[in-house]
Amino acid sequence: MMIAVFLLLAGCCIAAVLGMILSKTPTYGALYLVLMFAALGGLFGLIGAPFMAVVQVIIYAGAIMVLFVFLIMMVHPKTGIPRERRKGPVRAGLLLGIVLGVELVFAAWSAFGAPAASPAAVVTPKEIGRLLLTKYLYPFEVTSILIVAALVGAIALAQKRGEA
Amino acid sequence: MIPASWFLGLSFLLFFLGVIAFFVKRDLITQFMAVEVMLNAANLAFLAMARSAGFADAQVIVFFIITVAAAEAAVGLAIILLVFRRRKSIASEDHDKLKG
Repeated sequence: MMIAVFLLLAGCCIAAVLGMILSKTPTYGALYLVLMFAALGGLFGLIGAPFMAVVQVIIYAGAIMVLFVFLIMMVHPKTGIPRERRKGPVRAGLLLGIVLGVELVFAAWSAFGAPAASPAAVVTPKEIGRLLLTKYLYPFEVTSILIVAALVGAIALAQKRGEA
Repeated sequence: MIPASWFLGLSFLLFFLGVIAFFVKRDLITQFMAVEVMLNAANLAFLAMARSAGFADAQVIVFFIITVAAAEAAVGLAIILLVFRRRKSIASEDHDKLKG
């Protein structure tokens, strides 16, 4: 049963990323990406991280993708990118990507030699909240400052000159 | 229970597809989305490794990665909007002024 759910969600993820690569316009790509983030949230739940699953769906599939769709609406790319794309850089990029893939296979191969899985413990939100406000309190506060800085920076960058 | 190596394999596949998408696609928005795919693949690998090591702190770190990614997305999208206003294009090939 668990394996069936895993295969379904993993298939969703991979198919959605492939759909994003093959889609003609960024709009469809963004919608495929929402599917991918939602499926990945399910996988996070399956791996024993229910809180991360919820955060993934709310922040990624919700907030960040809304930002993307807003940007696509403001930029309104008409029908994607014109066809006269240069083939050379794409081929070189594919080659480099495949080289990286082979390297990752070797790295993953050595990682699989690591000690076998201990009994999977589900980490509860309570545990995460306790860690966030005790051991990781300082990074937590720094993150809030980072978010404020990012918000102010984004508004300052995106505002039209002369207005505001 | 599903072995952690399956999750690790899936995260490898997703990261690889993200790299391919970054190189193959030619508009800034989709390339930025490919970066997000790679970030998520890294998160999945983090959680898989954490489970096989029985390490709860990793989830806090993944939480931080997600918040930093949200900040990064806000600033990155603002920069793309600015670039579009200046050049009237989001094709990455049109932005080669820094080329020697």
